[in-house]
Amino acid sequence: MKPASFDHLLPTSLHEALEMLNTHAPDARPLAGGQSLVPMMNFRLARPTVLVDLNRISDLAYISDAGDHLAIGAMTRERTIENSGLVRTATPLLYDATLHIGHLPIRSRGTIGGSLSNADPAAEYPATVLALDATLVAQSVRGERTISAAEFFDGVMTTTLEPDEILTEIRMPKAPPGSGSALVEISRRHGDFALAGVAAQITLDGNSVTDIRLAACGVGPGPIRLAESEMILRERGLSDDALAAAGGAAAAATDPDGDVHATAAYRRKLAGVMTKRAVGKAAARARQSA
Amino acid sequence: MDDSVRRESGGYIGQSVPRREDKNLLLGQGNFVADIQLPGMVHAAFARSPLPHAKIVSVDVTAARAMNGVCFAASGDDVMAALPPINGMQVVAPQGWRDRVDTDILIPDQPLIPNDKLRYVGEAFALVVADSRYIAEDALELIEPDLKALQPLPDAESALVDGAPLVHEHLGRNVAAFLHAKKGAGAEGLEAASHRLKRRFVHHRYAAMPMECRGVVADYDTRTDTLTIWSSTQVVHWVRREVATALGMPEERVRCIAPDVGGGFGGKGHVYPEDILVAWLAREIGRPVKWVEDRHEHILNAAHSRDNIYDVEIGFDDDGKILALTSSFLVDSGAYTPVGAGIAGNSIAHMLGPYHIENYETDCKVVLTNRTPNAPYRGAGRPEVAFAMERSVDLVANHLGLDPAEVRFRNMIPPEDMPYEVGLTYRDGVAMIYDSGDYPSALRSALAELGGLETIRQRQKDALSEGRYLGLGLGCYVEGTGVGPFEGATVKIDPTGKIMVATGACPQGQGHETIFAQFAADMWQVPIDDVFVTVADTGHVTQGYGTIASRSTVTASGAIKLATDEVHEKVFAIAANLLETAETDLELRDAGVGVKGVPDMHVSYRDIATAAKPGWGHQRPDGVVAGLEATSYYEPPTVTWSYAANATLVEIDPETGQIAIEKYVEVHDAGVLVNPKLADGQVKGGLVQGLGGALLEELAYDDHGQLLTGSLMDYLLPSASDVPPLAVIHQETPSLLNAFGVKGLGEGGAIAPPVVIANAVCDALRPFKAELNSTPVRWAEIAMFFDQNG
Ligand SMILES: Cc1cc2nc3c(=O)[nH]c(=O)nc-3n(C[C@H](O)[C@H](O)[C@H](O)COP(=O)(O)OP(=O)(O)OC[C@H]3O[C@@H](n4cnc5c(N)ncnc54)[C@H](O)[C@@H]3O)c2cc1C
Repeated sequence: MKPASFDHLLPTSLHEALEMLNTHAPDARPLAGGQSLVPMMNFRLARPTVLVDLNRISDLAYISDAGDHLAIGAMTRERTIENSGLVRTATPLLYDATLHIGHLPIRSRGTIGGSLSNADPAAEYPATVLALDATLVAQSVRGERTISAAEFFDGVMTTTLEPDEILTEIRMPKAPPGSGSALVEISRRHGDFALAGVAAQITLDGNSVTDIRLAACGVGPGPIRLAESEMILRERGLSDDALAAAGGAAAAATDPDGDVHATAAYRRKLAGVMTKRAVGKAAARARQSA
Repeated sequence: MDDSVRRESGGYIGQSVPRREDKNLLLGQGNFVADIQLPGMVHAAFARSPLPHAKIVSVDVTAARAMNGVCFAASGDDVMAALPPINGMQVVAPQGWRDRVDTDILIPDQPLIPNDKLRYVGEAFALVVADSRYIAEDALELIEPDLKALQPLPDAESALVDGAPLVHEHLGRNVAAFLHAKKGAGAEGLEAASHRLKRRFVHHRYAAMPMECRGVVADYDTRTDTLTIWSSTQVVHWVRREVATALGMPEERVRCIAPDVGGGFGGKGHVYPEDILVAWLAREIGRPVKWVEDRHEHILNAAHSRDNIYDVEIGFDDDGKILALTSSFLVDSGAYTPVGAGIAGNSIAHMLGPYHIENYETDCKVVLTNRTPNAPYRGAGRPEVAFAMERSVDLVANHLGLDPAEVRFRNMIPPEDMPYEVGLTYRDGVAMIYDSGDYPSALRSALAELGGLETIRQRQKDALSEGRYLGLGLGCYVEGTGVGPFEGATVKIDPTGKIMVATGACPQGQGHETIFAQFAADMWQVPIDDVFVTVADTGHVTQGYGTIASRSTVTASGAIKLATDEVHEKVFAIAANLLETAETDLELRDAGVGVKGVPDMHVSYRDIATAAKPGWGHQRPDGVVAGLEATSYYEPPTVTWSYAANATLVEIDPETGQIAIEKYVEVHDAGVLVNPKLADGQVKGGLVQGLGGALLEELAYDDHGQLLTGSLMDYLLPSASDVPPLAVIHQETPSLLNAFGVKGLGEGGAIAPPVVIANAVCDALRPFKAELNSTPVRWAEIAMFFDQNG
């Protein structure tokens, strides 16, 4: 479990990092918190010959208020997000999602940009940005482009980033006033990747649903937007029947694989249960804040 | 020795003396094999089979050997030429047991590195030594094996099919051992029973998974022709014996030390090929060699455990009294059987547990397959039978509509029947006698700790009316502990008067240095800081056995006592001489010997040590030879019997099948507790491993013999946040077999949790008559019962 040999480059500016990536692509990979990349290198499943280490680039780690959204630098640690009052009030779903990621030592190193670029189908952040329709900013020597969350994920552990691009910023829309959100998941142990999880953000008017966003993790090749379930709830409100139907629609929308942790059928069933629970919890919070 | 007297006199035995091992560990100053750095040290790595079963056509290490930074490379052929196999090194089973239990045993020898066939995924076929582990792993990629895949035998049942290929052709069969044992009328006893139930119970494969993987460093000194080996092992003397035999060296010239060891739990309880190979490499290359097993290697290659299938039939009467039990079981031993048929022997002996059952018959096949070799892991054959037995007891209860607790009470051996002759033979060849204990009282305390049976049943009923599913799970077991054949100890009085103790015990975190100091401090009447304990070093005690099988407290304390008794004799004789008093007037006190009732008349151990010296000016009486030192070997008459009752209360989530454990209790009896805090730690640690096995840990193979769980992302260990509230209660019924009344407790905790959880879940799902007869207990399966029952 030792990595194959590689060169370790330590740029101190984004510009320098982009140049390096451009020179060495496609054999170069950016290194963020290393919590996913380094284990894969130790197993020699990933064998980049050059690592462009982003950890010395200070202006990639920030959380700032940009009016209708939060702008979050890609190198912001998961632990920083967890501790940010701004995140907690402006994008509470992101806060909720963060609490489910691994354990403290992992969150202290792992970054939001790394998690999104890694695109693990069971990870919480991809489902969160998908649910909130966040915008992702990528840069390369060729310039800057913005990518919608829906267009960013491209199958199991794959994104639409080009090999010479670095994800630099995530723009998270703020939760509308009076809305509620929750990420609910089931995992075999505390801190494990989810067997199934659902991110929900909901705005209520009395008992009717004026806005709802749902996305699932762990139950397909990538995060899955649960559009059908959203529609059912928008049309039928939060009755038990509607919730059951939304859960059923969520289960049907998923495409899980079975593995040693859970069969595909069980994961699909859990997707339905987590949908009901996430919606219930988000709605309760919406009522509280209203 | 009367324990209550000892405690009143302020002895150390029975007190929670803080662990002397902890300071270094807590300050980060522990010294594990991986910490050892020697000048000029080089690093070994092994090429391991990607196939479960393959013929080796050729293995070419030329390119690896030529790589920059590589100093040595060898294939199986090279190793076979240098270290040809030696007969008689494979463990089989003690003769006494083989004579008394009906056996037919054919144990395959395990090659250091095979050159004919590979028999499991992870078996080594070549090795490389290089300046760093990084370079060594790069070089492994240059080794070209030509392997011809053979049909794999992915599990025990496939290996027993007629015409199945053979794992070891020369044995002519895939069964390493057929065993059979019988009590009373055996299977015929079933005929008299008015009720009979038949079930299959499956206990899955999981493993010790210590926090520290294995590792070996070896250093050969040409001038003195000596080898020093540091191995993360539970059995330094066994490692020394095999290395000396394989390398043709006297044992005296080989020293094996286990430095700090980060857990073993049985997985490090036998000698592995790497122990011998690394020692050989150090001598061959002339430089110190280090090999530290990484986690992936550990999961593939360190021994696995459990993995049994039981077909049980149980006969009982209308009152739930069990009349007869038969059990036919398979052990999937993997490709080799590192400790012979020992685990199966344990299973046979422990099936009846705390119950009086007149008729019992069992037969077993230890089956060779293309899985990783199976060796003892905490519990070693007992969790498997406890699962089969304790599920059966619950099934009896459900069948008759009785409470499972009641059926247990009705079948338990009452305390007045102790000592109880079981009617079977233990692994050491001796007729089994449960020496002491009160089984019903343990179960009563466990139930009381959860609020009492009636309260629990009421809570359960109330919950059910709200659509909530609570379940009570019970599980009882007995455990033979302190097994022989022997343990060694050397006790000396140092010229400074300090007490020096060395034993063959070989701890992996148990706290032996602390508890043996407690024993010795009491035996010598000295402050505990005057006792210096050395463990796990063949350089300090000539013969030792090691720390496996819940044995060291019993066996090493026995050895320390024998050696101490011998030195005591000389100490009294010399003190009598110095104090000019009769020996009968003397007593041990204040780090020396004094005249009873005369405070001023006292000589210190230091003075006695000076008087005992050889040569001019000694003050030994006639006939007392020089020196204050003795080495003794304690050979226990047979095992002492610990036991426990476990109980847990769980709640099931009907939508997901998740299990929430409200509380888990073990009432444990290991006789006199030397150090209650350490005893608690042992039991709790065992419980956590048992819960891991019940719910999380699984070495899963696919149908082609590939291991699917090769990292800790897939093999899930319980972490601190997964441990439910645990309560450990001790009963202390002294053993009658040894001077201190002690029994073993290292393994116990791990035995019951799988069946206790399964029973709790089935109890919660009683409205559906659900049965979970295999491990691990899976949420998905539980959820299915709810789905099926609307
Ligand atoms: C034991 C354990 C448990 C975990 N549990 C969870 C969990 O429950 N939920 C969860 O979501 N995650 C979990 N993780 C993963 C954790 O969140 C990782 O930190 C995260 O997935 C990757 O982030 P990183 O910063 O460490 O990225 P790295 O490992 O450094 O990189 C990951 C990948 O992304 C690329 N990359 C990184 N940053 C950028 C960038 N800015 N632009 C372009 N490409 C980039 C890298 O080249 C690499 O391919 C766990 C990890 C561990 C070790």
